[in-house]
Amino acid sequence: MEQTQDKSTMVVFSGDLDKAMASFIIATGAAAMGKQVTMFFTFWGLNILRKEEYVNVKKTFMDKMFAKMMPRGPEKLGISKMNYGGLGGKMMKYTMKKKNIVTLKELIEMAQDLDVKMVACTMSMDVMGITKDELIDGLDYAGVASYLADADESKINLFI
Amino acid sequence: MNVKQTLDTKGLSCPMPIVKTKKAMDGLASGGILEVLATDKGAVNDLSAWSKSSGHELLDHKEEDGVFKFYIQKG
Repeated sequence: MEQTQDKSTMVVFSGDLDKAMASFIIATGAAAMGKQVTMFFTFWGLNILRKEEYVNVKKTFMDKMFAKMMPRGPEKLGISKMNYGGLGGKMMKYTMKKKNIVTLKELIEMAQDLDVKMVACTMSMDVMGITKDELIDGLDYAGVASYLADADESKINLFI
Repeated sequence: MNVKQTLDTKGLSCPMPIVKTKKAMDGLASGGILEVLATDKGAVNDLSAWSKSSGHELLDHKEEDGVFKFYIQKG
């Protein structure tokens, strides 16, 4: 079989449910087309990778505040438009369920199953006070050089 | 047509049909034909594109009672 192993790279900056879904749909789709996919999670995008349960880690006051205010994992994210304090997000999830659309949580599991490389930006983790213990398993940890090296070899490179 | 396996993706939306097709195709030997059933309205364009860029051949597709049927031969 003549399958070209080209790469796709994506920066996931947003922590909005709709944008996160778009990222993971493209990532799983690209992986299904035989591409080697790297998703680089930075700033608000890190919240997508947070564990749902509370993890007890020693933090500064500021970091604690940050951790409290930000959504913990895929089920808690809001949507980028018409969120109305979470109501819009709930409506969106309700209608997606009715129409049998795959959830973000399932998409993440599928991406891992398809060997999509997920990288957490360590600098953003520092800024937002997020530790490795609070993020899901199976992630890589790196910085801008690692992303750029992957992006250099990619035909598709997105910032979401 | 000698169909080796049938994959039912009816009711599933993007990206599930192509993700499932990929997984089913991985299990077939080269030359094997996979039949895919889908109801996603984007499936015709999506599975054509998927076959092309994954190196497989979309032999035929048709629509019967709102269900798309695809016959893809593994490259």
